[in-house]
Amino acid sequence: MRLQLKLYATLAEYLPPQAMANVAEIEVPAGTSPHQVLDLHRVPRERAHLLLVNGNYIPPERRDEDLLREGDALAAWPPVAGG
Amino acid sequence: MAWTRKILRVNLTAGTCTEEPLNMEWAHKYLGQRGLATKYLVEEIDAKVDALAPGNKLIMATGPLTGTMAATGGRYSVITKSPLTGAIACSNSGGFIGNEIKNAGFDMIIFEGKAPKPVYLYLENEKAELLPADELWGKSVWEADHILHNRHQDPLLRIACVGRSAEQGCLYAGVVNDLHRAAGRSGVGTVMASKNLKAVAVRGTRGVGNVRDIKAFMHATQAAKAALAGNPVTGEGLPKMGTQVLMNVINEVGAMPTRNMREVQFEGANRISAEAMHIPRESDGKPNLTTNGACFGCTIACGRISTIDPKHYSVADKPQYKVASGGLEYEAAWALGSNTGVDDLDALTYANFLCNEDGFDPISFGATVSAAMELFEIGAITTEHTGGLEMRFGSAEALTRSAELVAKGEGFGRDLALGSKRLCEKYGHPDLSMTVKGQEFPAYDPRGIQGMGLTYATSNRGACHLRSYTVSSEILGVPVKTDPLSTDGKPELVKAFQDATAAVDSSGLCVFTTFAWTLEDIAPQVDAACEGGWSPEKMLEAGERIWNLERKFNLDAGLTAKDDTLPKRLLKDAAKTGPAKGKVNELHKMLPHYYEIRGWTPVGVPTAETLNRLAL
Repeated sequence: MRLQLKLYATLAEYLPPQAMANVAEIEVPAGTSPHQVLDLHRVPRERAHLLLVNGNYIPPERRDEDLLREGDALAAWPPVAGG
Repeated sequence: MAWTRKILRVNLTAGTCTEEPLNMEWAHKYLGQRGLATKYLVEEIDAKVDALAPGNKLIMATGPLTGTMAATGGRYSVITKSPLTGAIACSNSGGFIGNEIKNAGFDMIIFEGKAPKPVYLYLENEKAELLPADELWGKSVWEADHILHNRHQDPLLRIACVGRSAEQGCLYAGVVNDLHRAAGRSGVGTVMASKNLKAVAVRGTRGVGNVRDIKAFMHATQAAKAALAGNPVTGEGLPKMGTQVLMNVINEVGAMPTRNMREVQFEGANRISAEAMHIPRESDGKPNLTTNGACFGCTIACGRISTIDPKHYSVADKPQYKVASGGLEYEAAWALGSNTGVDDLDALTYANFLCNEDGFDPISFGATVSAAMELFEIGAITTEHTGGLEMRFGSAEALTRSAELVAKGEGFGRDLALGSKRLCEKYGHPDLSMTVKGQEFPAYDPRGIQGMGLTYATSNRGACHLRSYTVSSEILGVPVKTDPLSTDGKPELVKAFQDATAAVDSSGLCVFTTFAWTLEDIAPQVDAACEGGWSPEKMLEAGERIWNLERKFNLDAGLTAKDDTLPKRLLKDAAKTGPAKGKVNELHKMLPHYYEIRGWTPVGVPTAETLNRLAL
């Protein structure tokens, strides 16, 4: 299935080469979890502090369980803040 | 130094500068800066005074940790009654002038009356005098700063100044210090200019003193610095990416106010983000971001220093803007960018430079331009009003030209200088003004972050994110993650943030430290510096006292619970996209309980019991 992988701030270095503007279209097997997507792209799990699927926060304890669906957008940031 | 125990009182009408002792009884209850200056203002002016009349006063106040070795201990605030909102105004700034005022030997400077002719205050340690500013009036902040440094032949002179926008009566003019730091919100610069006070130039060399327990202070500040350095946000995220890192975060969660808050996501967000600021451009191979910068005593260094693409239309034949200067912070980038629909990073940077150069708040300016764009698109404003300018969403030219007009108070800029509320009223569509108590919103749509709706509605200075930044919890998970789409627990969360922030804002420290610190880290620093037994609990109580005192000022000024609300758009028109799709802000579910836990009546008035408990 196709997903959008969005990696920002210092996680951008893990984006695949075809990425444009921090977004990469990727293909993964059905039933893939957020953690599996991170592992596939060698993003250290502990650095993906803020992880959103379609804009909704996924807490660390659900990142193995909440399986992704066709067309989902997975976005991740290291610890960041502003104001 | 901790409290210097001295105030400088400047009577502009009489032209006198006199020292007086700080009221230590008040200092022990209100700490300093925001809290203590609010106490002085409340005691010294009639809350119903016309904000631009000589009867209003303007206070520049430091905190007890300003000028000390505490990390970020360089803050100062400008406190007055706001001409934009009619409520209390308190704008906080970094840079270096807060430290300089403290080193000159003063906790605060109180300006009263109105000078018969333009003047500036020159303060060199105990020597304080009002000097003619005829040559400075009509000049931008940057020009005036240059003239003053030349005149006094002192490169270390620190200067706070108002620009031409303030002189022309722009209702959201700020006080700019050190060229590009600003007490930016609520029109504090407008008040300063109304007093014919162009600038405050300070040189202080008295050094640090009056720290209660110097050994304990060194231990506390060193431990706190280590905590900042070791925290991934304050040690790495903020210095590298700045506050602008939020652009993509807030857009992704569907809380990005777009096109006058009609929408909650902006298709051009990534093009004006922190990530975009790092990308080398074609023309000269350099990125927008030149470097990061730090204020006095800061070990975070979140500030952005930027350059505009030298080939960009906005700076053609304008060499003065082809240098590095204060760049886009998230709030400016949002207001000038997504809210106007403009995704041209260089146009935003240019408009931001003009906000710094002539001292007007980029949040209120951007929000007012976006309101004008909506008025234009529905036909309420035409090119006859704008002098031919096509005020369309997405037009970089409309944005940059508007900034030039507001800077000098020319043409349609005079309408834009009114702020969104008065502009929309003037053109017959008050509902299109995205304001609370007359002040424009910052960068978080409260349909997607419910707690921020209550934050905005109850903020004592009108719509503001810095009075209780629940984004920290609702989106970023600091100190704990809460659901941004739920109202559960939000009254308690907002109150906790409001009280703690009021205490931090009264200390001389930067609120950004709270991404790494709690009051458990801050109180030991304050306590080592100041007598009075400053535990975290006492700081929180002082914060609550300050919040209630500000509330009392606003009630005395004529504001009521009816002012604790949000624009209809945010309460009635559901978000169209993103996680908050279909949601409005559910303020009605939060506000009554908020009043209750504050110890206020159902119409938002502190009860006698609350006032008594807080010794108000």
